[in-house]
Amino acid sequence: MAALTLLSARALTRHFGGLKAVSNVDFDLQAGKVHALIGPNGAGKTTFVSLLCGRVPVQSGSIVFDGRDITHLAANVRVDLGIAYTFQITSIYAGLSTFDNVALAVQRQHRDTLQTEVMAALTRVGLQDRADQMAGTLAYGHQRLLEIAMGLALSPKLLILDEPTQGLANAEIAHFKTLIRGVTPATTVLLIEHNMDVVMDLADQITVLNFGQILATGTPAQIRANAAVQTAYLGG
Amino acid sequence: MSRALALHLAVIAALFAAQFLVPPYHHTNLARIMVLSVFAMGYNIAFGYTGLLSLGHALFFGAGLYATGLGIEQFGLTTAVALLAGLLAGGIVAAASGVLALRTGGVSFMIVTLMFAQAGYLTILYFGAYTRGDEGFVIARAARAIGPVDFSADTPRYLAALALFSVALLVNFALVRSATGRSMIAMRENEDRSLMLGYNPFRVKLLALVISGLYAGAAGAAYGVLFGYVGASFAGIQYSILPLLYVLMGGAGTVLGPFLGALLMFYLIDISSGYTTAHLAVVGGALLVLVLFAPKGILGAIRERGARWLP
Repeated sequence: MAALTLLSARALTRHFGGLKAVSNVDFDLQAGKVHALIGPNGAGKTTFVSLLCGRVPVQSGSIVFDGRDITHLAANVRVDLGIAYTFQITSIYAGLSTFDNVALAVQRQHRDTLQTEVMAALTRVGLQDRADQMAGTLAYGHQRLLEIAMGLALSPKLLILDEPTQGLANAEIAHFKTLIRGVTPATTVLLIEHNMDVVMDLADQITVLNFGQILATGTPAQIRANAAVQTAYLGG
Repeated sequence: MSRALALHLAVIAALFAAQFLVPPYHHTNLARIMVLSVFAMGYNIAFGYTGLLSLGHALFFGAGLYATGLGIEQFGLTTAVALLAGLLAGGIVAAASGVLALRTGGVSFMIVTLMFAQAGYLTILYFGAYTRGDEGFVIARAARAIGPVDFSADTPRYLAALALFSVALLVNFALVRSATGRSMIAMRENEDRSLMLGYNPFRVKLLALVISGLYAGAAGAAYGVLFGYVGASFAGIQYSILPLLYVLMGGAGTVLGPFLGALLMFYLIDISSGYTTAHLAVVGGALLVLVLFAPKGILGAIRERGARWLP
């Protein structure tokens, strides 16, 4: 039985001048799963998810999300439909308190229970004691967690995480894995990740991207056994 | 009651008390400063909180001033209706110019707003038959009253300015602590992030600009009725720069900053012009000191050094 598809992209393409960042990609995302996107640097991973969340306009091809064509919708409209994106380079409101950072994600949906919802989101990532701290003064790992808290606070159907564990300590990575396991299956997760332990541990499905094209898609076991992937990426 | 609210109410109370304490000359000055503060508060909502550096706010102040002044003198509106027209004119002109100017950002936004304001100024001169251009016109004393309250008299004028100031200050206070205010600050801090949290940057910024325009329009309308003179110089470049200076001096993104800046700048010009005709050089010097030692303005610096509760 085929699983429910939350998002599917067809012939998705984005070139920057001569650079074929994303070229003719077909991609399906199963609802309720963790799907990892891996590939060497410059493979087009960030561009690809930017097309999905609307930060970069689609050149050609189409995207259907939750039964609706979103190919040409503005990024903020896609957020309202349930796509949340966390940035690769930490993008928080450095000059605002941790509380206000999360409140900005929460307030559009829950104006009356703002306080409770924000504290719940902060507690989820373990930052509840730092609600009043200026976000810019948080330790790097905590800023990454804040960014994830903001994504989760949107209660998205799809959470796109761009290298969330980059720069995190091992204990923080363990915490992150628990966190992500806890959000599925209510939330589908699309994860760009370089840390293979995290990928193999968390992902139900893996897609390997190389030179803007899909090299392989499969379960962690299938990907590990795939010869083409080994040559291109896992280092033979 | 929070100490932030207490502080703002104390400022209003102090201004109420000041009318009994200061000599007549300063009495009029303070009324003027309060009205100009409302203009600067509006500017601060766009610039200090939302990060929109406009160089054309004289257009909105002028829209309020002329809608009220011409409304009374040319169209025979009652004073109350003319004041309302001034308020709305500020908001409408801000909305119209915002729809176009907000398609740009940064330096382009500055230039576009500057050009809009210049076009507004020239329009006033062009219709000199009605506006009397640079020379301006006086609002008849009889029209500067609502019922038995005559705004050309010192005490009613002061109280009217104080009433407008108080409402503007408290609305500003509530706004910046509301969800709407937070989304405006979010535009200033990180527009990219805000977009990815589902905010439509154009809509949030346009709303900020319209609120800003309503403030400027209300200030312009009140200025006309309280001081009785309507002239093109109020729509000139100088009146676009003044609120910026007030806000920079008092502290951009602080609720009391515009008032503090207007107060200090007004008296800085007033006192220095008693000694020299080059009083603008004194203003320039003061701004240099400010930029070097307190780039976030007086209240911004105080907030940074511990008073984080200052809204």
